[in-house]
Amino acid sequence: MTTDTPAIEARGLSKRYGDLVAVDGIDFTIPRGEAFGFLGPNGAGKSTTMRMIYRASPVGGGELRILGLDATSGRDDRAIKARLGVIHQEDNLDQELTVRETLEVFCRFHRLRGAAAAAKVDELLDFADLRDRADSLVITLSGGMKRRLMVARGLIGDPDVVVLDEPTTGLDPRARQSLWDKLSRLKRRSATLILTTHYMDEAERLCDRVAIMDKGRIVTVGAPRDLIERHASPSVIEVELADAESAGAVEALERTAEAHASFGGRLLLYTRDGEATMAAALAALGGRPAHLRRGTLEDVFLRITGRGLDG
Amino acid sequence: MKLFGDIDLEMALAVWRRNLTVYRRTWKMNILPNFFEPVLYLVGMGVGLGSYLGEDVGGTAYVAFIAPGLMAASAMNGATFETTYNIFIKMNFARVYDAFLGTPAQVQDIAFGELLWATTRALLYGLAFLLVTAALTVAGLPILTSPWALGLPLVLALTGVLFAALGELFTSLVKTIDLYSYYYTLFMTPLFLFSGIFYPVDRFPHGAAIAWFTPLYHAVRACRALATGDVGVATAADVTWIAVVAALAFAVVPRRTRAMLIR
Ligand SMILES: Nc1ncnc2c1ncn2[C@@H]1O[C@H](COP(=O)(O)OP(=O)(O)OP(=O)(O)O)[C@@H](O)[C@H]1O
Ligand SMILES: [Mg+2]
Repeated sequence: MTTDTPAIEARGLSKRYGDLVAVDGIDFTIPRGEAFGFLGPNGAGKSTTMRMIYRASPVGGGELRILGLDATSGRDDRAIKARLGVIHQEDNLDQELTVRETLEVFCRFHRLRGAAAAAKVDELLDFADLRDRADSLVITLSGGMKRRLMVARGLIGDPDVVVLDEPTTGLDPRARQSLWDKLSRLKRRSATLILTTHYMDEAERLCDRVAIMDKGRIVTVGAPRDLIERHASPSVIEVELADAESAGAVEALERTAEAHASFGGRLLLYTRDGEATMAAALAALGGRPAHLRRGTLEDVFLRITGRGLDG
Repeated sequence: MKLFGDIDLEMALAVWRRNLTVYRRTWKMNILPNFFEPVLYLVGMGVGLGSYLGEDVGGTAYVAFIAPGLMAASAMNGATFETTYNIFIKMNFARVYDAFLGTPAQVQDIAFGELLWATTRALLYGLAFLLVTAALTVAGLPILTSPWALGLPLVLALTGVLFAALGELFTSLVKTIDLYSYYYTLFMTPLFLFSGIFYPVDRFPHGAAIAWFTPLYHAVRACRALATGDVGVATAADVTWIAVVAALAFAVVPRRTRAMLIR
């Protein structure tokens, strides 16, 4: 097997639960060494896709190859899982173990013992900044520490592909920042990262490419900046519309920008030249405020689906 | 190393180790009741009740009659507790197995590892009981009257395997924890009362014929045979029965558990 075998190749990948189609025939290829993100609202099918990748869920339909191995039949699952690191969406740390014991027990699952296991535990205690809590029971850790321990646990087998389902959900900004640094470090070690997230800044910061999912399908895929260029704009101006805003006033505002959308009582103006459009919009508003910001992946989703990412 | 049914022994032992790690923290507190229980039963029933029964239930002192059966029952209890409530909680509430499955471990490895662990616990229960009976024998009660008694740990372990497999089978079928009260009151309790521990099974019409189909009966008979030295073809048949039923029950477990864990 060569290193140019893609990490993941999915063709027509699908999964249904009874009548519900959770993943609806998606195609994607993730090259080795890439950081790839799945974005999308609750229930879009991100975790279902991830579970099929980390072999906790059988492939429902279509084809899936992981590191060149066959994941469709389940025949190669052991070999695939030996090269994967999994960080689940739910906290499934073993509450009855200490931090060190957690790592030691999972060393066994990755066929490490003796000095090799001790060295790995040592390395990961540092990686997760948990050395001073090594002998604390998992149950006594804070949310951020638990998340770091889950990441460390997922890295025991020196995985070629690391799969993280919402790695930073529920963390405070500092804890997220620290986890991002750790993930960036992994990326530099040329591991392939596959993650899901609800945070646009996280996706833009960590991911080389993202796939935006909705209702089991991939609605668009590409580098975050390219997607914003293509579907939204570098700058966005948000205006809070009054309840009885006159059609003429709205139209005047809309004319200031290259494109626009309205969403939940707000008017979004998309533009390349933020400053100039802002000035024009403010003039049209006659003293009422407007808010200028950068275009985000949220705007991309909104432009494509007409809905917000959190709805 | 790969065993039957694509079981990876190294993964199964990793599961076993996880349980040992947890147990080691509390074993001193956990092991004591394993010694109290036999003392209570043997003194309360064997000596207390036995003094009203005269000298010859099954041709021996009552305490000597019930001790081997109670020993089998304690192995049964150890294996059952581990594979009912404990596995259910790990599977459905703590979701510990989801994390194991994120490694090269597969469902059948976990099922086998838990079987090994439950057998270990059963053996600990049974050995505690055996130690107490050995002490009482030295003190003059005619409980372990044959060198065959050295084979008791083997039968206790086998009893552990059997009830671990049955417990795992039940756990792989139930979706709510409340159903275990049925397992305990409609399965475990009748087994305890009607498997010939306290009186011979032919006290009831067709007692022996019915008992033949139940698991604890064979463990009780095998333990009693080894304790008294009355070992024969029947003992070999009992041991075979236990091994065959344990294998049949466990054979179904991985597939059923996979249906529970993997969606
Ligand atoms: N085991 C299951 N049984 C039945 N339906 C399921 C199961 N797992 C997921 N689903 C359904 O499949 C759909 C996709 O769920 P999934 O967990 O993949 O969403 P998600 O994109 O990860 O959402 P979130 O952002 O909330 O984590 C949902 O409608 C969900 O209810
Ligand atoms: Mg999810």
